[in-house]
Amino acid sequence: MTSIPLQIPTYRGSTEGLRDVPHLDEGVALKKKDFTSASEVRWCPGCGDYAILAAVQGFLPELGIRRENIVCISGIGCASRFPYYLESYGMHSIHGRAPTIATGLATSRPDLSVWIVTGDGDSLSIGGNHLIHALRRNVNLTILLFNNRIYGLTKGQYSPTSEIGKVTKSTPAGSVDAPFDPVSLALGAEATFVARTTDSDRKQLTSVLRAAAEHRGAALVEIFQNCPIFNDGAFDVLKDREQAEARIVRLVDGEVIRSGDRVAVRAAGGGVEMVPEAELGGREPLVHDVAATDPSQAFALARLSEPGMGSVPMGVFRSVARPTYDDLAREQVAAAQEKAGGPATDADLEALLAGNDTWSVA
Amino acid sequence: MSVKQVQRVDRVVIRFAGDSGDGMQLTGDRFTAETAALGNDLATLPNFPAEIRAPAGTVLGVSSFQLHFADHDVMTPGDHPDVLVAMNPAALRSNLGDVRRGGTLIVDSDEFTKRNLARVGYDANPLEDGSLEAYQLHALPLTSRTVEALAEFGLTRKDAERSKNMYALGLVSWLYNRPTEGTERFLRTKFGKRPQILEANLAAFRAGYNYGETVEGFAVTYEIAPAPAPTGTYRNVTGNTATAYGLVAAAHRAGLPLVLGSYPITPASDILHALSGMKRFGVTTIQAEDEIAGIGAALGASYGGALGVTTTSGPGLALKAETIGLAVMLELPLVIIDVQRGGPSTGLPTKTEQADLLQAMYGRNGEAPLPVVAPRSPADCFDAAVEACRIALKYRTPVMLLSDGYLANGSEPWLLPAVSSLPDLTVEFTTQPNATAEDGTPVFRPYLRDPETLARPWAVPGTPGLEHRIGGLEKADGSGEISYDPDNHEKMVLLRQAKVDGVDVPDVEVDDPGAATGERADVLVLGWGSTYGPIAAAARAVRAGGQRVATAHLRHVNPFPANLGQVLRSYRRVVVPEMNLGQLRMLLRAQYLVDVIGYNRVRGLPFTSSELAEVISAHLGGPSDEPTDQTLRDLSADTTDDLTGAGR
Ligand code: SF4
Repeated sequence: MTSIPLQIPTYRGSTEGLRDVPHLDEGVALKKKDFTSASEVRWCPGCGDYAILAAVQGFLPELGIRRENIVCISGIGCASRFPYYLESYGMHSIHGRAPTIATGLATSRPDLSVWIVTGDGDSLSIGGNHLIHALRRNVNLTILLFNNRIYGLTKGQYSPTSEIGKVTKSTPAGSVDAPFDPVSLALGAEATFVARTTDSDRKQLTSVLRAAAEHRGAALVEIFQNCPIFNDGAFDVLKDREQAEARIVRLVDGEVIRSGDRVAVRAAGGGVEMVPEAELGGREPLVHDVAATDPSQAFALARLSEPGMGSVPMGVFRSVARPTYDDLAREQVAAAQEKAGGPATDADLEALLAGNDTWSVA
Repeated sequence: MSVKQVQRVDRVVIRFAGDSGDGMQLTGDRFTAETAALGNDLATLPNFPAEIRAPAGTVLGVSSFQLHFADHDVMTPGDHPDVLVAMNPAALRSNLGDVRRGGTLIVDSDEFTKRNLARVGYDANPLEDGSLEAYQLHALPLTSRTVEALAEFGLTRKDAERSKNMYALGLVSWLYNRPTEGTERFLRTKFGKRPQILEANLAAFRAGYNYGETVEGFAVTYEIAPAPAPTGTYRNVTGNTATAYGLVAAAHRAGLPLVLGSYPITPASDILHALSGMKRFGVTTIQAEDEIAGIGAALGASYGGALGVTTTSGPGLALKAETIGLAVMLELPLVIIDVQRGGPSTGLPTKTEQADLLQAMYGRNGEAPLPVVAPRSPADCFDAAVEACRIALKYRTPVMLLSDGYLANGSEPWLLPAVSSLPDLTVEFTTQPNATAEDGTPVFRPYLRDPETLARPWAVPGTPGLEHRIGGLEKADGSGEISYDPDNHEKMVLLRQAKVDGVDVPDVEVDDPGAATGERADVLVLGWGSTYGPIAAAARAVRAGGQRVATAHLRHVNPFPANLGQVLRSYRRVVVPEMNLGQLRMLLRAQYLVDVIGYNRVRGLPFTSSELAEVISAHLGGPSDEPTDQTLRDLSADTTDDLTGAGR
């Protein structure tokens, strides 16, 4: 088998996600209400989805891009109702398949900012295959994964992020199904941008969303989202001020990774552990580097978040630049057209149809 | 050098058969190209094992290529070879049964060793035991002659032996007076970068040709005059290539980029391969992670304003069903190509069948109608693909193109069309609001339909002022808002059905030669898809025997042509041969209450014209003969009674 060296560089930093998307004219600004559709929002009262919707509607104007060039594609589930409430182009598609539709759209339309809104069931269960392939291809997409660790729309079965032992309608004796950690999964799937945030911290949510939108390539943002109906309080320990202080590991690029009075260090087994700063005993605290070429430290950080949530890293785990699938695919088409001297004419097409071996009947 | 006699014949069926590794497909392809260049009409049928490298020398590993060429128009690849080229005992064993008695066998005697014979169950060497007396046998040491011819090239014996297919090709080319320049040119292009291999193949080809000239065994060579054909420029084309060209041509005529989302599957992959090499025509191919992602990407591209296409075969179509349903709901253009193969499940990946018709029609949840178009011959795949795209774009609907393995890999001459003669498929995206709200402001209603076609507007993302949401939930008529209203749902179901029912489909044409002179046939044979050729050839044979029969062919399987019911009712008997258990027959009976009779076989092979001629003749018996469906004749005669007797 031959392979063609495509000279694809790996380089640090990528803020070109919106490069080809038309921006608003000078002096024109949109407001939150411009992104609020006329559809009545139908989530349950108190659902975490409201806060995420408000944050997205509130922050999109900051991007300065034209509203009609934003497309939100979703699958099936509570989260997937999202596009109806966002005034832009949108598609509420079928269960788990949003990444496939978004891949076709993003590949054929570089002028669009394509968003996927999905849940833990939609993206990690039925749609797991599509999610990992969208990530490895690095299609220019922003993926918001609302993780409430439960099936809401089907009324309360355990999900692929539910903890072992969880008692739900379909697991009266407790779930025996080991969960995924979405961040670990994404890193393992060669994602170039992976972040975690929560519905209850508007400021952090907004800053992560912005970084994700501006990333050129597939950006996965896991958003902890409370489902007060079927899995209430799943993330309460991170909402209580004191508890949160002690558990949340804030990931800030270039800064020591810390949580309360603990800092991150290399563990003996090669992973990362949090130890009280006072007990460092000469060990070097780890400094966060979102653009590290080697994802192993990001992965080790992701492994900190066991179901007990003793240490939960939040923020951007990884943000590296790698050429996107859609850019490369378009470049191949553009190069072929340029080499042939521009768009195909009727005569070009007739030459194609004729091939190399023709004969004439007079 | 002896002077050979040249004999004129009007048609020849030749089959090249050998081990999968013997290069029989290439040999057949080259002989086809030489034949096309002479202006004979032709049809081909490749037949190869599903395994990439089946065990060498076994019947399982035999690969063959059949070509029918003539001085008149050819409808099928032919029933019974006049000539069989068999490169080993396995090839002889598995193909001899098809050869016409008295036909010519050209056999590589070097391969008829004790071991090879035993391997395929020959107790004695058939080349020596007189068992082939009914044939004109030419047992020639093709392998050793090839090795001898290549002695000067310093190749290993193994490498030299590889060229034996070219030696055989040379010999057969001589026998049928085929021009050799094309093959020499082909070899130069193919092996240009490997001069030693090139020279060896050229030498083997020429040696085979010269061998025919000098050897005593062949007393005559044959000549087949060119077939009369409409004037124009021709090429030989397979169904899969013609399908790919049709898609590119349709996108070109629509002024849209073509986006193919696909997952490799036999026998559809060649369409993906062909389109991936057509980037110069604005074609993007996305080889997706699975069948579902393939159609998802195509649908996403259509949503963005491209011509989205997905290609697959039976089992892959099953996986795409949910997304097709979404496309029905979204009412976006989408072309789904199913190259049918033997099923169910993995079935017979390299063999042909027509058993996906009902899957294409109904294989989705809910009432989810879509137009279905079926090509009738390899070259017709081009026009059928253009037609599928036309309907998809005009009516904003997914359209199914039902090809099959026989069409996909078979080939025939194709009269090249002028691009300007193809239908104008220009589409206009919606850019302005299409309605007015109660307060007088202009608004966009994504499901406000064109009153004539019932198509909804295609407003692509990026169009200012027309922002809207679509999805798989039921839509309110006009506004496209989510609606659970019972009456609205019923209305939308009916509207989607009416849109598909209203697709403009030409009337079905009946070929009933006697009708003009008042000598109408009273039996009509109706086909769809690739049975066109065998049915036409069978009807020709029946008519040549002085009997009357009418034929008709359905290109549009959904919706049916408006005159179909009237056509069916105007014949005493309608016979529908299908490579399935009667799927079209079921649709016709249900829709028209006409007691259509089936002839149904599912052997993974196309019908032969002689079997259909027999079937037709049996139905011409007169008004008193009992009409019965013929399905798995042998089984029903021998065993069905035993199997079912106890239970009933
Ligand atoms: S079920 Fe849970 S996730 Fe779904 S809308 Fe209600 S609160 Fe939100």
